[in-house]
This record gives sequence, C-alpha cells and structure tokens, in this order.
Amino acid sequence: MIPEYGHFALILALVLAALQAVIPLVGTATGKVQWMLMARPLSWGQFAFLLISFAALTISFVNDDFSVAYVANNSNSLLPVQYKVSAVWGSHEGSLLLWIVLLGAWTFAVSIFSKRLPTDVLARALAVMGMISVGFMLFTLFTSNPFERVLPNVPTDGADLNPLLQDFGLIVHPPMLYMGYVGFSVAFAFAIAALLSGRLDAAWARWSRPWTTMAWVFLTLGISLGSWWAYYELGWGGWWFWDPVENASFLPWLVGTALIHSLAVTEKRGAFKSWTLLLAIFAFSLSLLGTFLVRSGVLNSVHAFASDPDRGLFILALLIICIGGSLLLYAVKAPNVVAKASFNWISKESFLLLNNVLLVVTCATVLLGTLYPLVADFFYQQKISVGAPFFNQFFVPLMSVLMLFISIGMVARWKQTDLKWVGQQLWPAALVSVVFGFVFPLIYGVEYTWQIVFGVALSSWVISSTMLDVYNKANGKSGFIAGLQKLKPSYYGMVLGHLGVAVTAIGITIVSNYTEENDVRLSPGDVVEASGYRFVFDGVQKVPGPNYIADQGAIRVFDDGEYYTTLFPEKRHYKVAQNMMTEADIDPGLFRDLYVALGEPLEGDAWAVRIHYKPYVRWLWLGSLFMAAGGILAVSDRRYRLKVKQKLTNKAEAAEGATA
Amino acid sequence: MKRWTLFIPFVVFVLLGLLLWRGLYLNPKHVPSALLDKPFPAFTLPTLKTGESKTEATLQNGKVQLVNVWGTWCISCRVEHPFLVELAQKGVAIIGINYKDENDAALKWLDDLGDPYLFSVDDEEGTLSMDLGVTGAPETFIVDQQGMVRHKHQGPITSANWPELKTIIDQLEQSKGEG
Repeated sequence: MIPEYGHFALILALVLAALQAVIPLVGTATGKVQWMLMARPLSWGQFAFLLISFAALTISFVNDDFSVAYVANNSNSLLPVQYKVSAVWGSHEGSLLLWIVLLGAWTFAVSIFSKRLPTDVLARALAVMGMISVGFMLFTLFTSNPFERVLPNVPTDGADLNPLLQDFGLIVHPPMLYMGYVGFSVAFAFAIAALLSGRLDAAWARWSRPWTTMAWVFLTLGISLGSWWAYYELGWGGWWFWDPVENASFLPWLVGTALIHSLAVTEKRGAFKSWTLLLAIFAFSLSLLGTFLVRSGVLNSVHAFASDPDRGLFILALLIICIGGSLLLYAVKAPNVVAKASFNWISKESFLLLNNVLLVVTCATVLLGTLYPLVADFFYQQKISVGAPFFNQFFVPLMSVLMLFISIGMVARWKQTDLKWVGQQLWPAALVSVVFGFVFPLIYGVEYTWQIVFGVALSSWVISSTMLDVYNKANGKSGFIAGLQKLKPSYYGMVLGHLGVAVTAIGITIVSNYTEENDVRLSPGDVVEASGYRFVFDGVQKVPGPNYIADQGAIRVFDDGEYYTTLFPEKRHYKVAQNMMTEADIDPGLFRDLYVALGEPLEGDAWAVRIHYKPYVRWLWLGSLFMAAGGILAVSDRRYRLKVKQKLTNKAEAAEGATA
Repeated sequence: MKRWTLFIPFVVFVLLGLLLWRGLYLNPKHVPSALLDKPFPAFTLPTLKTGESKTEATLQNGKVQLVNVWGTWCISCRVEHPFLVELAQKGVAIIGINYKDENDAALKWLDDLGDPYLFSVDDEEGTLSMDLGVTGAPETFIVDQQGMVRHKHQGPITSANWPELKTIIDQLEQSKGEG
C-alpha cells in the first residue's frame, strides 16, 4: 500500500498547489484579504503531502519493493542502504519528485521567512510558485509516475542503480543542484509579483536578494560537487567537460551571478529595475531549460536521462507557458517599473553593468555552443558536436576581462567616480600582481608559459586589490581593527566571493598548464618517476565488494626516496548492471593531488595505469567553497531581517553603498 | 528605450521554443550517411604500426568488418576502446582510422590499452575521414564483403548498442551465404 499512499499524497499536493495558485490571486484581484492569506497555509499543506509522497518512495526503495517499476529499474537487494536512499533520485521519475519536493521546501521557506512582506506581494509570489508546482506535478503524474507498479509479474530482484551513481558525490550532488535551480523560482516569483503589481522599490530588491543569493550558493556548491565527482569517478582526471548537461547547470549560474550584482544596484540605487526583472526571469528560465535539455533527449550527453518524446513535449509546453508567459508579461508591464535613477558613465553602476553584460554574453555564448548541434541539425541537416575548444576560446577571454574589472567595480563609488582616484587606490595591487605573475613560474619552476603568467597575475590582481579595498575601507579614524569590525557581513560576503573567483582561477590556470600525466604500462615491480615522486606498482588482486568485484591495484609512493603512502585504485565490475567502473585513488593535498587510476589489463600481469600529478587542483573547489561561504555571509546581514517599513534616506543609502 | 524592444526577449524565446520543438523529433544519435550502400571512398594511407600502404581494395576481402574512426584526443574513444578490445577478442574484424592524431601518442595508446584493430591507417590530414563525412570521433562504419558501406554509427559502441549493430552484421553475413 505504501506506494499508493505516496501516489495519493502527490495528487493531494497537486490539488493544494492548484488552490495555492488560484485563491491568493483571486484575493489580490478582488481585494479580499482572507483569500490572500490562504496562500501560506496552502503552501504548508502542499509541502506536508509532498514530504509524505517522497517518504513513501524512499520506504519502497529501502524495503526493496520491486513491484514498483521505478524501484525495480533502479535498485537491487544487494545495494548498500545509503545508495538505496540516493537511488530515489537516481533516475528521471524520482529526481523529478525531488525537484518538486524542493520547490515545496522553498515555497514553505518563503511563507515562513517573509512574514514582513506586504500581504498582496506574498500572496502573488506564493501563487506563482504554486503554478510552477502544478505544472511539474502534472508532468510527474501524467508522464513520469514513480509509483507505477509492475503487476502481476513482480521481478524477483532489481536491475541495480547505475554504478556511476553509487557514490557519495552523487548522493549530495543532485539535491544541491536542484536546490539551486529551484531556488531561482523565488526570485522569479518575486519578479512576476512585482510585474503584476507594478511596484518595484528598494524594499522589493531587499526581499529578493537573500533568496537569490541562497539559491546561487546551492547552485555553486552543486556545480562544484558535480565537477569534483567527475574528477574522481570518471577516471580521466578531468574536472569540466563542457558537456551539455554541465552547461545546463552553468547557464543559470552565470545569469544568477549577474542577477546578484544587478539586484545590489536595484537595492542601493534604484537603477536597473527592468533589467533586474529580466535577469530574474532568465535565471529561472534557464533552470527550466536545463531540465528540458536533460530530460527530453534533445542533445547527446553522458548525463541524459532515457528520452521520451512525450515527456519532452510536455516539458516544452511547460517551458513555453512559464517562460513565454512571463516574458510576455514583462514586455507588457515592464514600463511601469522604469527607474529614474541617473548615474555617470564612470561609476560603480557602470562597472556593475559591464559585469552584467559580460556574464550575460558569456551565458549566451555557452547557450549557443550547447544548442548549436540542434541548430545545425535543423538548418543544415548536419550532425556536429561542439567541444571544449570552442567554449574555452570564448570563456577564457570573457572571464579574464570580468576579473580585470572585479577590482575596479569594487573600489568605484556609486553615481560618479574619478578614474584617477581609482588608479591611486589600485596601483599597488596592479604592481604586485604583475610582478607576482612574472615571478611565479620561476619559483614554481616547471615551465615558463604566458598562460601561467597571465592567469596568476589576473588572480593575484583580484586578491591583492580585494585585500587593499578591505584595508582602505577599514583604515578610518577609529583605527584599523575597529574599522574591520564596522564593515558589514554583506561586504565581507562580497570579499569572500571575489577571493573565491580568484582561487578557482588559480586552480584552473595551474592545473591546466602544469598537470603531469603519465599513462603507462606497468608490470608488477615497475617504477615510474613523476614530479619528485616514485611510484612502485605492486600488481593487482581481486577484492570483493557488496555488489561488485574489483581488481584492486596497489601502488606504493615514495617521496624523495622515503615511503609516503600506498594508493589502491580499483576497476570494479558490477554484477547485476554488467558494468565496469574505474575508481581512481587520489592522495589529495592543498598544492597537489596524486591521481592514480587503473586502465585496462594488458597481457600477463601488466596493466595500463594512469599516474597523474595535478597541482592546485583542489583550488578549483576551494574557490567555490569561498564563494558559497561569501554568499551565506551576505545573507546573514542584519539589514535583511530589519523591519522594511523604515525608509532609508538617500544619504544613508549612499553611505551604505560605499561598503557594498 | 523604445517600447517594442521589451518584446525582444519574448520573440527570441519563441524562436528558441520552435527550435526545441523541432529538436524533439530529431534523433541526435541517428546519423544518416550519404555513403550508405555506396562503395567505401578511395584512399591510400600508411598503417600506423608498419607504415605499409593500404587502399580501399583491402576492404573488399569477402568479410564484414567494422571501420572505426578514433583518436587519442577523443574522450569518448577512451570509453569505447575496452569494448572494442573485447569485440576483437570475440573475433570481430575491426579496422581503425586514426583521425588527426599524433603517431607517437596513437602508438602509445595502442600499446597501453590494447590494439583491437587488424590495422589502423594514419589519417593525419583527415582527408579520408572528410570523404567519409566524419563529424566527430568515435564513428564506426559497417563495411560489407564487397567493400560497401552498409551502416554508420556515431558515438561509442557499447554493450548497450552493440546488439543492434550485431544484427546488421549478422544479416550481411547471412545474405552472403545465400547469394
């Protein structure tokens, strides 16, 4: 019965979501406050039933109920229990349910934390979220019901979870990513509410900011978890492949980053209003587009779920109603919210606008590259795939310009800035970074390449100018330490975020240029020297796992002739899924990873073995932790929890503006 | 800002929607080849290992064979490779076209990962691959007993899609037996 309970709970949640989508809007149209107030309890009810539904599916997995088709296809009695739980979102149907549950969670959070919002704004925002929820629940129930039974011939055992997904990274990666995707629905709902009501002021931006930032934090973590997972699980030592599905998660991130910055301008200066609305719509639209690309089979990807044109058509219809509708609403209503704030061409506003333009252009380029195979197929009947060279060619220069201007935008003042003054503030940072860029390859001493000089100089430019900015802003009359304490959490959040960008950039620069890869054939007893380490291959033996048998290699590592560690890379053969998996063994370090993976068995006892030395690879993900921490710090700022009633005077805004 | 400019995002989206709708009915994995049921294009290329010259006549050998386009720069080929080795061990005839690759890297690859190919020709300029209409690696052609191209498969061959190819090969082998 449990699956039926889950199915029924999902239907009830759909009913409540439909009510949540309609009743509050009727309330705002007719001015009935009671109807508007219904939005909150309805969203609680919806969330409660979604949780019941999700729990029912989880229980079916844990109890090995193979009469449920989705369980039979994605689990197995031998599967360890933590993977039985994560298998709930291991494939299309269940991950869609997770998507909806998280949407319910965000809706619930909005209803709890936005008590101070005007009743009509909250009513509209929750109604919009209810509509999205309705769309996705209909999609699930009609095309992808995870509770469907296989009766009467119940399989005796399941087909097992895809071995690629039997991993810690994959337990946490999808929920994080979806939290980010779905989180942008909040900014979207606020944007639609603003368009509907025609009211968009600093208070609106202040409500939207923490939600947008939190969604961005989750997305940042989700993307970097995915990259980390690819690095250790796919066995090639790569960390980003510009795969369509990776791009699908990166697109909303780029626009979300732009949105965070443009919201800052809207809050502080009342400018960019219409642009901010558009970005809020874009960020969520791109999340939806990502969902479509992954689930419709339109593009070839290593991640794509099993494709089904019916499903594709259904999501496309959802996409068109949701995105098309909101863009049309935008076109009709945006003139009502036009800003009257003016600013000089050289000011913080302009630099943030430049940031937005660069991020949006980057996003458009990545989108073009991702969809180009489709365009080519459509117009020229040609099948092509767009690879990393295209993306890198555009991405690297665009991001470099962006990083160049991060510092200037940070230092510049609102409304008007004297360029000479900016120069005075920043020349020490410029000097330090240029010198460091040229010196770094000499210290590191592998190879002198201009990519390294350029990348290191650019990253140290961001770091040193950020530090300089902190110093300048803290070093007031009351002394440096007191000044540091005075600066707001949101300012420190920005500092951390920008440092994170630089840290990731350092990681990318160095690991892309200084990685030492040895793909060698080793017989037991063979020795490989790489980057000061000596690797001794001790052969391979069979090791059983719960639902696989592994060939486990043993490689002793010596550092300067002294025993350092032993690495055990594995080649796993999953019995039920009939699948081979490479499990790399990595000795991680802040400044270098030793990466060892087994390739293929060759004649005799010999194996193809990949031994990679990857300097600074951890910095890639360390940087995103910085960014995420920065986002959390910014959200913790007290002003988001202050009563919004008090209207800040222009003067106070300007003063605060100097710190954020 | 002109009033109509606000409609640009909407219009762009509608166009995108049309494209996506069309995309639903295109199969990204299905690639018709202009060469289908035509003779394998003429070539004269050295083999990777010995440098001995091979031509399209080598393919007219009375056997059904796979012609696989690969390169060491291609990640999907790395995924495909172990399966090809497995197929070769089962007795499937596979001929390689090493597409725009460096010889040293390619030889090392075969040395390290095993060599499933009867021989691999070195298509450094990519001319043969161009004639074949190769758009990306890996790509595999099924060539029949008379050296005619009978099928084109894009993307890695895996245990999942092998049965499909196997059926085609079996049919070709049977039709020979009858004729």
